[in-house]
Amino acid sequence: MKLPGDISLTAAVSVWRRNMTEYGHTWMTNILPNFFDPVLYLLGMGLGLGMFVGRGVNGLSYIEFIAPGLMAASAMQGASFESTYNVFVKMNFAKLYDAYLATPAQIQDVAFGEQLWAISRGLIYGCAFFAVLLAFTAAGYRIITSPWAVLLPFAMLLTANMFALIGLTFTASIRNINYYGFYYTLWLTPLFLFSGIFFPLDNPQMAGGHAETIAWFTPLYHCVRLMRGLAQGPLDWTHGVSALWIIAVSALLAMVVPRRMRKRMVY
Amino acid sequence: MDAVVKAEGLRKNYGEFVAVDGIDFEIPRGQCFGFLGPNGAGKTTTMRMIYRASPVGGGSLKILGHEAAGGRNDRAIKQRIGVVPQEDNLDEELKLRENLEVFARFYGLGRKEAKARAAEMIAFANLGDKSESRIRELSGGMRRRALIARGLLGNPELLVLDEPTTGLDPQARLNLWDRLRDLKRREATLVLTTHYMDEAEQLCDRLVIMDKGKIVAEGRPRDLIRQHVSSHVVEIAFANAARSVSERPEMAELTTLAKRHEQHQDRLLLYVDNGEEAVAKAAHLLPDAETLIRRSTLEDVFLKITGRGLAE
Repeated sequence: MKLPGDISLTAAVSVWRRNMTEYGHTWMTNILPNFFDPVLYLLGMGLGLGMFVGRGVNGLSYIEFIAPGLMAASAMQGASFESTYNVFVKMNFAKLYDAYLATPAQIQDVAFGEQLWAISRGLIYGCAFFAVLLAFTAAGYRIITSPWAVLLPFAMLLTANMFALIGLTFTASIRNINYYGFYYTLWLTPLFLFSGIFFPLDNPQMAGGHAETIAWFTPLYHCVRLMRGLAQGPLDWTHGVSALWIIAVSALLAMVVPRRMRKRMVY
Repeated sequence: MDAVVKAEGLRKNYGEFVAVDGIDFEIPRGQCFGFLGPNGAGKTTTMRMIYRASPVGGGSLKILGHEAAGGRNDRAIKQRIGVVPQEDNLDEELKLRENLEVFARFYGLGRKEAKARAAEMIAFANLGDKSESRIRELSGGMRRRALIARGLLGNPELLVLDEPTTGLDPQARLNLWDRLRDLKRREATLVLTTHYMDEAEQLCDRLVIMDKGKIVAEGRPRDLIRQHVSSHVVEIAFANAARSVSERPEMAELTTLAKRHEQHQDRLLLYVDNGEEAVAKAAHLLPDAETLIRRSTLEDVFLKITGRGLAE
């Protein structure tokens, strides 16, 4: 079966299946630790720091405020690990893509297969964290309070897909694995801190009142807004804009990634 | 002749560097076809164009009836060929069985078919007891056989092997040759590159010799030897090379026996068709020299054509 962009679904799913087989062996060391990352933030910041944020945010306690955003961060991190280091190693050190390309698979199939796998991992992280949040909600915290929360997995899918594509774009553009230092420290960490997860951005004293406008041009901001809106409401048209923002950027990158990969692998 | 691969004016440049410089060849069905040449001759680049890892730089390349230039038929071509790459790129993270099962799926095989095909190929490669081993637990020779097994998963009409025995110890090499001979008996079409002339002589029905991106000779191994050099080489080595070979007066008489001769510092090479006569004469004229007779090899052919050894 062929998808747009001359992608063979058979080949892409084969790439996905290879990764699934590997993680059958290594999930204990490879997947499990990263899952604790947002959980620790939830406990440390939400409960710990939350004790000093007495009045809460927008009528919510601090842990209730940050929880939906951490879900977005969770999906982002899952997709990012996979589309950066792991893809780089498979492509450049293990020479696995050369092996794939000797089968009927073409480079766009391989790229899409990795994208699918990165999405899967983002979804696994995001949904596991979602389950943790449901448990907190059952324990009396007002974290998941809107019926629209049933759409949260879809928001995680959008988030994981976009960050998979961003990671793949970066991976296809670098020749040295050390560049990921920049990617994580100067890209993912600032997104994590300044996308409205930990504090509202509409404060007039923040960046001269322009904080939210600046954040509007960055990707995680829209994911956080979407998650918060779906989990806790109220939803309005701006959430639709955020969803469209994510879809538009993803569509653009979906055209860039196969081209960059081809440039890298086919010569 | 039913050609599986047909190249006309095939070229490939990397910037200014001409890797393949307008070559023509035809690979007949059911044969083992070799590309012999030193490193950098353009063999691997030619292979990469055949197995569609590399775009055709220029000219025409027909593979199993599909034109490869332009890349439109890559999937169709790759579905029908198998590849054993020069670089070991087995999946280190997976077991041998998983490696083959995962790769079988790329050819469109279902789960059950893939399992069966992988098991069959593991047996063919004599790796039955290793199917649950991780790749890193396999020896160099086993890994190379595993690569052949992987290359055969799609039941290919053409198997491309790029330097299949480079880096293997002699035992593993012989073992691998056995596997390839087995494939030949099944009338598979094989194309292989090598810089070992004994390998080419042992395995190839036909071969081309490449040098600096060009094909410099083509034919059956024995024909090439007959055509370009004599059947035998007599090597005369002087233990105490006090004088250079050319200064010895006996030389002139000896060299008249040879179709061609080569003088080195302490050695004289005579390319002769009647080896025994030359040996007897040398023993008579140069009792202090050590005389050795051997069959001519493809290396002699290569040396004559290019003026250089394969190892250079």
